[in-house]
Amino acid sequence: MNNVRLCDITLGYDAKPVLSEVSFEAPAGRMAGIIGPNGCGKSTLIKGLTRILPLQSGRVFLDGHELAKLKRDDVSRLVAVVPQNPIIPDLFTAFEVVLMGRTPHLGLFKYEGARDLAIVYDAMEVTRTIGFADRRVAELSGGEKQRLILARALAQEPKILLLDEPTAHLDIKYQIEMLELVHRLCIDKMLTVIIALHDLNLAVQYCDQLVMFHNGRVHSCGTPSDVITAKAIEEVYGAQVYVYPNPVNNLPFTVVIAEKDREKLFERAN
Amino acid sequence: MTIEALRDIPVPQAIAAYPLRWRGRIYAIIGLAIVLFVVILVTSVVGSTDIPFFTIVSVMLSKIPFLTIDQTWSNSIEIIIFDIRLPRILLAALVGAALSVAGTTYQGLFRNPLADPYLIGVAQGAGLGAIIGFMLPSVLQITGVPILAFIGAVMAVAVVYMVARVGRSLPMTTLILAGVALGAFLQSISSYLMLASGDRLHGIISWLLGTLSLTTWDQVTTVTPYIIIGIVIIYLYARPLNVMQLDEEQAQQLGINVEKVKLILLAAATLITAAAVSFCGIIGFVGLIIPHAVRLIWGPDHRFLLPLAAISGAIFLILADTAARTIMAPTEIPVGAITAFFGAPFFLYLLRQKKRAIF
Repeated sequence: MNNVRLCDITLGYDAKPVLSEVSFEAPAGRMAGIIGPNGCGKSTLIKGLTRILPLQSGRVFLDGHELAKLKRDDVSRLVAVVPQNPIIPDLFTAFEVVLMGRTPHLGLFKYEGARDLAIVYDAMEVTRTIGFADRRVAELSGGEKQRLILARALAQEPKILLLDEPTAHLDIKYQIEMLELVHRLCIDKMLTVIIALHDLNLAVQYCDQLVMFHNGRVHSCGTPSDVITAKAIEEVYGAQVYVYPNPVNNLPFTVVIAEKDREKLFERAN
Repeated sequence: MTIEALRDIPVPQAIAAYPLRWRGRIYAIIGLAIVLFVVILVTSVVGSTDIPFFTIVSVMLSKIPFLTIDQTWSNSIEIIIFDIRLPRILLAALVGAALSVAGTTYQGLFRNPLADPYLIGVAQGAGLGAIIGFMLPSVLQITGVPILAFIGAVMAVAVVYMVARVGRSLPMTTLILAGVALGAFLQSISSYLMLASGDRLHGIISWLLGTLSLTTWDQVTTVTPYIIIGIVIIYLYARPLNVMQLDEEQAQQLGINVEKVKLILLAAATLITAAAVSFCGIIGFVGLIIPHAVRLIWGPDHRFLLPLAAISGAIFLILADTAARTIMAPTEIPVGAITAFFGAPFFLYLLRQKKRAIF
């Protein structure tokens, strides 16, 4: 039952829905990728799943519990988020930041005990942030900060992990490092991972299932090979691309070819 | 339950040191509390009448029930210590603690290093209330000024709060802007009233600069409950306040009821600031600098920041007020002028020493 199920949800600000009639299911131990152009509602979906934005209609089930009936603390014990551009004050040490992940498990008056420290230790070890636990946030690089936020999310001991473009500001080495880490955690801890990604090729490589959003609705949903086609990408992004099976694992690979070279493409094809 | 329970796994420095750092900060709190006590004793010796330290200790001990000490001093000395110096020192301690805690809270809530207790209209509201109080017939002034100042401060923030509120949420930037705008409006009324105040101007100006002269026990007992209750409420929310140093969305995702915490902290910080300024006027600088100094030395965890700021603020304002009443004795310098004159160089020194991120 360790999964996320969305039934016909509508989400938005005031009267204007950003997402309408969205339904899909993400199983445990699998990575579900959310793709779509800027402003298609990827971040809105994450706000909806953590109840920061109330559902306008529809129902969400997290691990079998209906979201609307859960208490605030229960939601944060179940779902952890790695946001896109998190603000972390410079003066806190890396360790203190991860310790904040224990917040939903502690009441107003309780201090962190040995168990909390042990969980924080584990979370920092798997994310390889333990090496700079003593350093202040100001001294960390973008990739280190992103791993730190992931460590904090793990310290919440969630069953569901939501990531909002966690690779957006990283260079390719750290992008791969981050996604490998998430992928391994997803399998090892049987987490349900829902990850919004900008880069289609990265999404294809790491996700078991893709959901493509278009104008606030689900355009298509399924395995990467089902979803990523040149036709679908033209419809959704309005961009002309070429999709080939890549030689290593035959998954669809999206290629952009500049206008000036397109003739060569047809020459080759003939 | 300590870190020893985890001995079988290799515990890196940070985690092993966490309980120790904790202990260090608790020692700092105890140490500062002792310093505060000593400062209270020592500053009660300083004044225009020379009273030996031993006499002061004896006089104080004689007030402890079941302790009999022979009276070897005149009654006037007892009056000087008990009815003039001690209430003034205690009020300085309370006001210093209140302003530092309110400043720490505002800086944390607004995530802005420039925030101080007067950011969203408390000062201008209290100022206008007090000036109206000074317009009253002299007999009514003593009670009228603090009551009107208190009402003015609380009303100003209430208006700012209602203007800035959007539906169920309270955007902090809107709150600051509304506070600045209302503050300017109230200030302009105050300026006009001051021009029209004639010979009462001197009293108004010394109130606006902040002064602790003529403190009575009544004042101390009146503000104590407000300040103590307010500080306790703020302290209960120290950990949520830590989490809110991340942005609001992250705080919500970590299970914090952000809007509720904001409302409670704003209300409590406003209450203690209003109580502090109602008798002493607008004492500046304490609420801005003490939180920064404490954060620089002991780090950003509000569970330690708040009590350390409270005690440091109390010590700082007692010392500043002692300087205010002795430097040019018998003339009093407004304590607000002293706080900035001695506090600013110390703070600049701290900034130079640390040379790293300060907020």
